[in-house]
This record gives sequence, C-alpha cells and structure tokens, in this order.
Amino acid sequence: MSETAPLWAAAVLPFALLALAAVTAGCGAAVSAAAERGPAGSARELTSRAAAPLREALRLLVQQPRTTTAADGALRRAGVALLPTAAVLAGAVLPLGFRSVTDPGVGIVWFNAMEVLAWAAVWLTGWGPNSALSLTGGYRFLAQGLAYELPHMLAITTAALGAESLRVGEVVARQEGLWFALWMPAAFAVYLLSAVAMAFWGPFGHPLGRDAAGGAAAELGGPARLVLLGGRWTLLVVAAGFAVPLFLGGGHGPLLPGWLWTLLKTAAVLAVLLAVRRALPAVRMERYTEFAWTVLVPLTLLQALAVAVVVLNR
Amino acid sequence: MLEHALFWVLAVLAAAAGVMVFRFDSMARATYALLTSLLCAGGVVMLLGLDYLGVVILLMMTVEMALMAVFMVMYMMNPAGLMPMSMLHNTKGAAVLCGAVFAALAAGILLAPWPARRGRPPADPTHDLGMSLMGPHMLTMMTLGMALFATIVGTVVLATRRGRYDRFGDDLKARRPDDPVPGGGRR
Repeated sequence: MSETAPLWAAAVLPFALLALAAVTAGCGAAVSAAAERGPAGSARELTSRAAAPLREALRLLVQQPRTTTAADGALRRAGVALLPTAAVLAGAVLPLGFRSVTDPGVGIVWFNAMEVLAWAAVWLTGWGPNSALSLTGGYRFLAQGLAYELPHMLAITTAALGAESLRVGEVVARQEGLWFALWMPAAFAVYLLSAVAMAFWGPFGHPLGRDAAGGAAAELGGPARLVLLGGRWTLLVVAAGFAVPLFLGGGHGPLLPGWLWTLLKTAAVLAVLLAVRRALPAVRMERYTEFAWTVLVPLTLLQALAVAVVVLNR
Repeated sequence: MLEHALFWVLAVLAAAAGVMVFRFDSMARATYALLTSLLCAGGVVMLLGLDYLGVVILLMMTVEMALMAVFMVMYMMNPAGLMPMSMLHNTKGAAVLCGAVFAALAAGILLAPWPARRGRPPADPTHDLGMSLMGPHMLTMMTLGMALFATIVGTVVLATRRGRYDRFGDDLKARRPDDPVPGGGRR
C-alpha cells in the first residue's frame, strides 16, 4: 500500500517542514495581530502581519549572540541543535499521501523515540547557559513530559492496536473506510493535547514561560534562539502532522489526490491547535499532572481495552 | 559495505562516549555522554535487524537519562564541574579488572567456534521476539509485572512521611488534601 519516496525526498524534507512551520507561525502571528489590533485593513497589511515571524527570523540571524559566565557552551549548542534535528527525524515517517521518506516496520515507536529527544534538548538548552531562569525552564519541560508522555504513549499505542501494526503505512491503509478518530475519540483527543505539550507551546508553554523571563530560551540570542524557536514550530507541525496518518485517515479521501488531503488535514489540525492557543490560558502543571494521572491514563487505558476487544472480534 | 561503515562509526562513537563518561567532571556532561553511548548501542542493535529493540533502546534510554540527569545534579557534590573532583574510584583495581574482562571477551570472540547460520531470519523479528518473550509465559510476565508494581507502590507508601491522616485530617473527612505543594490526588 504505502511506498517509500525517492531518495531526494530525504533532502527536501527538512526544508518542506521548515516552510510549513514558517507558514504556521505566520498564520499564528496574523491571528494574534488581529486579536490585538483589530482586523487587517488591507491585503498588504495582512501580508505584513503574517510576515512578522520571517522578519523576526532575519533579525535574529544578524543579532549578536549572547554569552553568560561559566556557561557550558557545548551542552547548550547540543541542546539547541537537537530540537530541530529530532523534529526532522520524527518527520521522516510522516506520509505525504501514501509515501513517506521511510516507512520502517516500527515507524510509530521511531516517532515516539525521536520526539522524546526534545526532553534532552530542552533540558540541555536550559542547563547550558548557567542561568537560574533558563534552568527552571529546562526542569519545567521534564515535569511537563512526565505528565503528558504516558497518556500520549497509550494514545498512539491504541492507533497501532487498531491497525495491528506499528508500521505507519499500515495504520493509514486500515483507515480506508473509517477514520480511527471516529471510533477512538478519546485517544485522538489525548493525542491532540499531547501534541501541544510536546511542542511546549500555547497552554503548555511553561518551559519558555514569561514568568521565568523566557525560561529555557532566556539566555539565547541571535542564531541559537532562531534555531530553538524554529525547531519548536517544526516540532509542532510534525506532531500535528502525525495526527493525520494516526487518526484522520492519512491520504484517504474522495476526488482530491492523497498528498493534497494530507496537507488539508494537517492544516485543519494546525488551525485547531492555533485556536486552542488563543482560547486557553496556560495550564497549571501540577493540576494537569493530577488530571493526566487520574483521568487521562485510565481513560486511554479504557480506550485501548475497547479497541482491543473490537480487534479480537474482527 | 555501508552497514560495515555504519557499524564502525557507531561502535567507535559508543566506546569513545563511554570513555568520556569517566573523563568529564560535570554530571550533566557525563550523563549525556552516557546517553550518546547508549544511543549508538541502540543503533548497532538496529543494524542487527532488530528494529523494535533498537528503537525501544533509543526511546527508553533518552527518557531515562533525561530524568537521571535531574537526580544526579540534585544529589552529586559537583554537578557542573565547577570544583575539581575525580569521579574515579579504585583506579588500578578497576583498570586490571576491565582489562581482564576485555581480554576474556575478545578471546571468546576470536576463539569460539561460531556455528554457521541455520535457517533464515524471520520476516518480522518483532513478532517473533514478542512470541518468544510472551507466548507461553504470559501468565508469568503478568504476575511478575503486578508483583513489581505492588512493590513500587508499597515502597513509596512505607517511605513517605506524610500519611492520609496528615492529608485529610484525623477523621479523614477533609475534602481537599492539606499538601505543602498542591497537585496531590483528591477524593
């Protein structure tokens, strides 16, 4: 069913993900500006507002990097570079239509393994500069990870269980008639929540929180800051994009070609996540931890049980 | 050819990062050097064709090392390497021991009469691994899992200083627990 894309796709993938991340950030900026300053008067103003992240990226490229006393530069650089690397490596198993850069038999576990590299990346970025605020941000992401990771793992395991395979292509193929989102709604909802948490963004933005002067990114300036923030947007796009093959039927759909359906569905998921960021305040982590362990984990376990019973009776 | 090159790169990186664990004097660096070494080991396992085991090694070790770094930094006397400190103990004894073990293992590799491969590798090693781990031993594994989990819960209950009477009052009737840090379970 699913096939591997030609070799050049591997070279194109990072740029495609970056472009998607830039478009998402642009849409987010346009929505934020409309909320703060009213609707855009002209198409030109709208374009200018949407290009704000690009202008910021150019500004950061030429900005003087920041140095701190007794910093562990090697670890900081490793952490900053690891974040976009992890996002792109996780994106390698994302199918565009029915083709991905690689479709290993354990693609779902690969995705999960790559996204937890972000745990190491954010902590290292926080630790490196030898600054209390950035260290606080790094520690916050680990606390957040402990709250979201277990329900997240159970949710993606449920999708794999429904397809009886860890291969992403197989999961897509099994959703030809019925999307998994429709008969595993709890797993889908938990996946969307953890996709936001994974990219430490919106209601789960504590690791870069304003109350800690920018948290893990507090001491980053210039290109390093650009790489970290760009990596975070890329991670968000990849996490949102993975909801499509897992729960939304991948490239399946009438009339349009598979790759276009994938893009449309990814855009829809990203639109929901942008709306969530506008609608919800930051979640207090100790409350979310309690919610995750007492509500989400039992809920996803029940969901997995229901799916397992259906699969056994198939 | 590519597999051989990849093996040597991963093997040398794993060994070098493993050595650096003992050379670094910062807990954070040592932890992440160990993670690098373990990730390379996971890559070697994937090269052997055991994709699932290899990827699970990447997943588990990353989470484990990320959390371990926190505890190491919390409890070690020299977390960031700001004060000179050696993390080596019994250097001479350890060197002799390691040398002997290495020589024995290397001799084993070179001298053992390796059998020729019989049969073909399975189409889905993950499935075969699951069957051989779990197939006839499902009950054993389930019982073991429950026993381990009960041990963890029991240990935490015994070790914690604050009991339910501290949290919910002498008559256990308080609706919200009286915790120093909010976020504990309610009833």
